[in-house]
Amino acid sequence: MWTDEGTDGMIPDSLRKELEAEIAAAETPRERAVSVMFAFQHHCGYMSDSALKEAADLLGMTPAELEELATFYDFIYRKPVGRYVLHICDGVVCHIHGYNFLMDHLCSRLEIQPGGTSTDGLFTLLPVCCIGYCDHAPAMLVNRKMHGRLTPERVDDLLEQLKKEADVPAGSV
Amino acid sequence: MYPQVLFKNRQPDRPATLAEYRESGGYQALSNALAKGAPEAIREAVDASDLKGRGGAGFPVAKKWGTIPEDAPEKRYLLVNADEMEPGTFKDREMIQTDPHMLIEGAVLAAYGTGCGKGFLFIRPSYDTSAEILEQAIDSARQAGYLGKNILGSGFSFHLDIHRSGGRYICGEGTAILNATMGKRPNPKNPPPFPTDKGLWGLPTLVHNVETLVCLPHIVRNGGEWFKNLAKSDDGSGTKLYCVSGRVNRPGCYELPLGTKLSEIIEEFGGGVIGGNQFKACLPGGASTHYLTAENYDVDMDSVSLSNAGYRLGTSAVIVFDETCCMVDATLNLTTFFVRESCGWCTPCREGLRYIQDLLWRIENGAGEEAYIPRLQEFAGYLKNAYCAFALGAAGPIESLLAHFEDEVRAHLAEKKCPFKS
Ligand SMILES: Cc1cc2nc3c(=O)[nH]c(=O)nc-3n(C[C@H](O)[C@H](O)[C@H](O)COP(=O)(O)O)c2cc1C
Ligand code: SF4
Ligand code: FES
Repeated sequence: MWTDEGTDGMIPDSLRKELEAEIAAAETPRERAVSVMFAFQHHCGYMSDSALKEAADLLGMTPAELEELATFYDFIYRKPVGRYVLHICDGVVCHIHGYNFLMDHLCSRLEIQPGGTSTDGLFTLLPVCCIGYCDHAPAMLVNRKMHGRLTPERVDDLLEQLKKEADVPAGSV
Repeated sequence: MYPQVLFKNRQPDRPATLAEYRESGGYQALSNALAKGAPEAIREAVDASDLKGRGGAGFPVAKKWGTIPEDAPEKRYLLVNADEMEPGTFKDREMIQTDPHMLIEGAVLAAYGTGCGKGFLFIRPSYDTSAEILEQAIDSARQAGYLGKNILGSGFSFHLDIHRSGGRYICGEGTAILNATMGKRPNPKNPPPFPTDKGLWGLPTLVHNVETLVCLPHIVRNGGEWFKNLAKSDDGSGTKLYCVSGRVNRPGCYELPLGTKLSEIIEEFGGGVIGGNQFKACLPGGASTHYLTAENYDVDMDSVSLSNAGYRLGTSAVIVFDETCCMVDATLNLTTFFVRESCGWCTPCREGLRYIQDLLWRIENGAGEEAYIPRLQEFAGYLKNAYCAFALGAAGPIESLLAHFEDEVRAHLAEKKCPFKS
């Protein structure tokens, strides 16, 4: 995933060609701005300055124009994130179902503050507004997949399981 | 159990397949409409059904279609709004995860009825699971000839693409969603021109909520009158996907006749308040509505009855608070949400909400003063001068906190702490 084969920039030529085709098929190039940033993030983890510049070039936008979008959206990361992004819902329903308690628990387990990344580089903890799973409150997303009715025990089990999965060498999953 | 129209194929753990949807009568409305070759028949049925938009504003669908100018360019867009970021609301997700083909058929019918050749399905990143379900369903619909070029050999073509959002609440607003889809900064844009006149890339664009569109196959197949009669209330029409969450035993999304009583939704379907506790208040239609208290516990959940009682149906997402909930704390949480999600375009919203948040934070944390109460009122009033409906929504919980729970606010001042915290 992190190899530089066949690459002049941040992404491999094959992905670049895919994105060029996607942009060409769109009504206007910038319509695909978020989609292209997601593709970069999928490949490089986050939108570094060089990724932003390269994505902007592909889209025919200036880096400043793309930056305006990158910093607007919750799911575009301008700083490095861990292998698992935990979007923990701080919406009102989760709030009255023990969000604060859960957040404290996660912070102490991962030894980080909200917004931080654990030292092993595995977990980034981001509070986020209602994720639309209020019937499963308190809930969070792990790399965009929902985990609900969270309790400290369930959180511990989940973190253990994710750590185990992360041990499997990249490329074989 | 009430008749299940939108949820008729609902299963506990997976979406209905194309075959299942077809067996239940799916894609018949579309086949018949295309065979007849009469888009106006769709418009007539929709007009007779009295269907109102389910995205929160409740605008009549036929009326919106009527605002596409007679001489509008042939190139038109349909924009399916699956942003659903109103706290407490999860009906569109539940709908997509139940029966994705119902949404696709609804979208094609709307497109055929109004002459749209291309559609975008705008979906929030938290709904990745739903987006994947839709991608597969769109593929299978295309292969079966229900979508794409020359649908069912009729000569009518309609292409539907998924547009994944980067995630911000304001993107769901009916004009911000245009900017978001075009890859511009998602600020709202006050009409005129209306999106149906000049929307995406300056062309007529019809923006509809997911739940609005899934009603169309049933309206076209069974007629407008039939649809109207599904509602309990005389001036409502259809069934409604009500969400119940918060301090209830069985949170979930339930399809019920429009106008079902709030008490019935909470007790019969939501399973009643947790631990047999007292119902204290609810937000009847998502975070952007006013707290409704016990005196209106039996209100019929339709827009007219709610409006007579001083409320809005909003997204019909009922968030229940019980005696254990501090309403100052809840309002602080909601205001913090609005502060963070404000698009920043206009001052009353960007600056005013922050100020209100600060006052609420002080009150909740024992540093409140008497003078804050009129000041909260004053600043909530300024939100009416904001540029879009976002700020009006944000004012809902704040105004109703003061209207219904002033005693509770004062208890914070007197005790110099939150009475709900030990
Ligand atoms: C701040 C704000 C957020 C909104 N978010 C949504 C949304 O996520 N989904 C939606 O369908 N409508 C949303 N709306 C309502 C839309 O403006 C619009 O009325 C609706 O999408 C039109 O579809 P309908 O006529 O089918 O209801 C929002 C409105 C406001 C003011
Ligand atoms: S009211 Fe708020 S969300 Fe609407 S335009 Fe003003 S700043 Fe943006
Ligand atoms: S409030 Fe947490 S999922 Fe809606």
